[in-house]
Amino acid sequence: MTDSKSVAADGRAARDIVSITDLEVSFSTDVGAIKAVDGVSLHVAAGEVLAIVGESGSGKTVTAKSILGLLPETATARGAIVLSNRGNTTTNDVLSLSKKQLRGIRGSDVSMVFQEPSTALNPVYTVGWQIAEGLRAHGSYSRAEAKAKAIEILGRVGIPDPKTRVNYYPHQFSGGQKQRVVIAQALVLEPGLIVADEPTTALDVTVQAEILDLLRRCRDEFGTAIVLITHNMGVVADLADRVAVMYQGEVVEEADAVTLFSNPQNDYTKRLLASVPHIGQGVLQTAERASGREATWASAAPVVTAANLRIEYPGRFGRSPFVAVDGVSFEIRAGEVLGLVGESGSGKTTIGRAIGGLTKVTSGSLKVLGHEMNGVRERVFKKTRADIGFVFQDPASSFNPLLTIAECVAEPLIIHGRARDPRTARKRVDELLEAVQLPASFGDRYPHELSGGQRQRASLARAIALEPSLLIADEPTSALDVSVQARVLELFADLQREFGFAALFISHDLAVVDLLADRIAVLYHGELVEEGTGAEVLGAPKHRYTQRLLASLPVPDPIEQAARREALHALRAAELS
Amino acid sequence: MSVELKPRKQSVISRLPVLHQLRQSVGLQRGMLVAGLVITTVYVICAVFAQWIAPYGFAQLRDASGPFGSQQPPSPAHIWGTTVGGYDVFSRVIWGAQTALEVMIVAIIFSIFIGVFLGLVSGYLGGWLDRVLVVVADAIYAFPSLLLAIVMSIVISGGQSSLYGGILAAAISITVVYIPQYFRVIRSEAVRIKSEAFVESAMVIGASTPRIMFRHVLRNSTRTLPLIFTLNASEAVLTLAGLGFLGFGIEPTAAAEWGYDLNKSLSDVTSGIWWTAIFPGIAIVLSVLGVTLVGESLNDLADPRLRGRRAVAAASGSVALTSVVPGGPLEAGPGGLAGLEDTEGEADRDR
Repeated sequence: MTDSKSVAADGRAARDIVSITDLEVSFSTDVGAIKAVDGVSLHVAAGEVLAIVGESGSGKTVTAKSILGLLPETATARGAIVLSNRGNTTTNDVLSLSKKQLRGIRGSDVSMVFQEPSTALNPVYTVGWQIAEGLRAHGSYSRAEAKAKAIEILGRVGIPDPKTRVNYYPHQFSGGQKQRVVIAQALVLEPGLIVADEPTTALDVTVQAEILDLLRRCRDEFGTAIVLITHNMGVVADLADRVAVMYQGEVVEEADAVTLFSNPQNDYTKRLLASVPHIGQGVLQTAERASGREATWASAAPVVTAANLRIEYPGRFGRSPFVAVDGVSFEIRAGEVLGLVGESGSGKTTIGRAIGGLTKVTSGSLKVLGHEMNGVRERVFKKTRADIGFVFQDPASSFNPLLTIAECVAEPLIIHGRARDPRTARKRVDELLEAVQLPASFGDRYPHELSGGQRQRASLARAIALEPSLLIADEPTSALDVSVQARVLELFADLQREFGFAALFISHDLAVVDLLADRIAVLYHGELVEEGTGAEVLGAPKHRYTQRLLASLPVPDPIEQAARREALHALRAAELS
Repeated sequence: MSVELKPRKQSVISRLPVLHQLRQSVGLQRGMLVAGLVITTVYVICAVFAQWIAPYGFAQLRDASGPFGSQQPPSPAHIWGTTVGGYDVFSRVIWGAQTALEVMIVAIIFSIFIGVFLGLVSGYLGGWLDRVLVVVADAIYAFPSLLLAIVMSIVISGGQSSLYGGILAAAISITVVYIPQYFRVIRSEAVRIKSEAFVESAMVIGASTPRIMFRHVLRNSTRTLPLIFTLNASEAVLTLAGLGFLGFGIEPTAAAEWGYDLNKSLSDVTSGIWWTAIFPGIAIVLSVLGVTLVGESLNDLADPRLRGRRAVAAASGSVALTSVVPGGPLEAGPGGLAGLEDTEGEADRDR
């Protein structure tokens, strides 16, 4: 049924590039039918950016993918998705199209930008070939024509020197450039609508700002409507014209961006906005903690001292080693939280791993609880491990899937001889689970039966099981939804207050670090560029990189974000000149 | 209108390994699994109860009414006829199942422990030990298994094929070929799991290497074992039959063996005596087919991407509870340690 009926009867719908009516999608799973999208109706006008926000599992990605007819075989959909092309000459109901007809509209009427640019591009073809692939699918182009078109579009998305770069392979581009290529691929057939699924989540915050600028240009220069799926409220504030908030498969609120952020109506939206961390929230707490310390605290021996620390990863045969950390010096005192901020590849995780004895120190000195880690032997260090807790980034993989939560939490107790077996450790495990606000009955569950936030709390319980004097938290909340993140951070702060451990808190998110850390250290390409209290580093950043990092961070307020964007542009222009 | 996405609690019976998969399967996969299970069950029953099922012994040439006679066509007394040597075909086929099952068990027991242990050590520890073991495993791959089996049978029994000599020869040659397979599979899994966060989290709490290897790595790397397990079993049967066919098998007076019977029926085939070759041949095919079908379908069912599912009606099912804060406000109850998860915990217990 190629439904080409005119929808002009409804005056508003005529300008809509896509209108979704009562969409319901169900999936077949091992535990029976699960409904992912429950009666969603949305409209996107031509040249408009609609952001769909919500937590993982809220149905936002399924909704957006069904616009392209990209649902997996296990899904069944009901409702209507009426999609027009750019010139509003043809109209199709996506759900009733055949596979062949779907191929016809994909790329030319609607296209997609994926989350992870490094996996969305095929590594064995040049980017020019991959852009031309879309052209070949929708018409006959000669090789030269296709290449000329690819060069043109690469230039328009801001790839420098597109004539040479059209022949490059994906690995020759940086992450941000790869995302530009993916966007070029989506734009080449000039579709009326682009579906962007978390287009900046895999990117660093400074690169994210550039990609958001580019997407804004897609709207302004190409006149393309964008459906933006994201969980980052800052990104929404930066780019979106209208926002739809999804929760448990339904749209709970839909409003234009300024109204939504200034005056949210729905309770869930209010909570979601309230849980987004802001810069400057942590100042009071830090001051409170600082005032509670004794005068002798500053002169006591630090828990961790790094002096001129250098860590290299051995290169492949015949290549020079890769320097991950270069000449870094810092201290962590007892009961203090040091926030380590940096983008991917800045060496922040490597430092955390070196303190935990997982990565070897190449040169310099790293003293952890009185042990010199440069050349330390596992046998000597083992006893000290009881004093170090470790929280990993991904709660899904940091638990042995075959052991129950109670057994996992009991592991450190058994290994260090505080309990003989999981059964005798159970009382202590229940106490620990209570401390991280999990009911004791959760101890009998397996890791996959817990949600991400619950698992990360269990992970905290395991880390504090031996009451360590030092806790290393490596991006503990970056895999979590924003509302869950707020609670885990709150819990972390409470545990820190109660148990008084020193902590190294590693994160790429300045706002998160600000919330918890007494002092913040900023890493850039393996070097420590700035260190100081939250007020110093975030209030008056001295180093250029910190300034740019801070300016790139989108804030969840469209009006303030517009001003910040201008500031960032000015900063970038100043850097270039 | 939301439910927690959690598998229903199941009875003990439906959680048993094979039965659980049987309930889970649909369509063609279920057909394959059921067919494989039926064939394998019949085969195992024949093997275990051969003594009572077979009308005669495997080496019996005569009964009260005199000799059976050679190459007799099927008759009420000998339903599948008799062989050129004067044995009852039906009895030989049934007794042969017993021999084949013994070879399977011995071969699997020999190879699985050594292969898994070596794979685990090699994959987890790495270094020079790993390199040496991988090279040795690759070298063994290059050897034809039947040749190894012949050498083994000569070494073990000097070519004199007694019951245990024959069984051990087949089993050990299988072992030599299959240790590298178990080794490879477990090794690659161990290498993968070694870099998982839960292994590192065991390391940072100071767990000893053997503890990490056996408690955390081993149990997570055995997922593909059932498939090799069944391949191994069927290969064992084929090698035993191959040895028998080549004349390195077990003497008919020591045990019944399908390969030996096939060998002896070679000349019968051209002279129109079909019953001596068909029945042992079918027995070999079915035993291998049944075990392989079970293995293949278990493997497919273990992988959620290959597992078939029934289609669901449009707009059916209920919305899964995905948020950690189910409808409850973030600031509900006392913040922090004073406990807020109770709302969810209690809701859970109610269900």
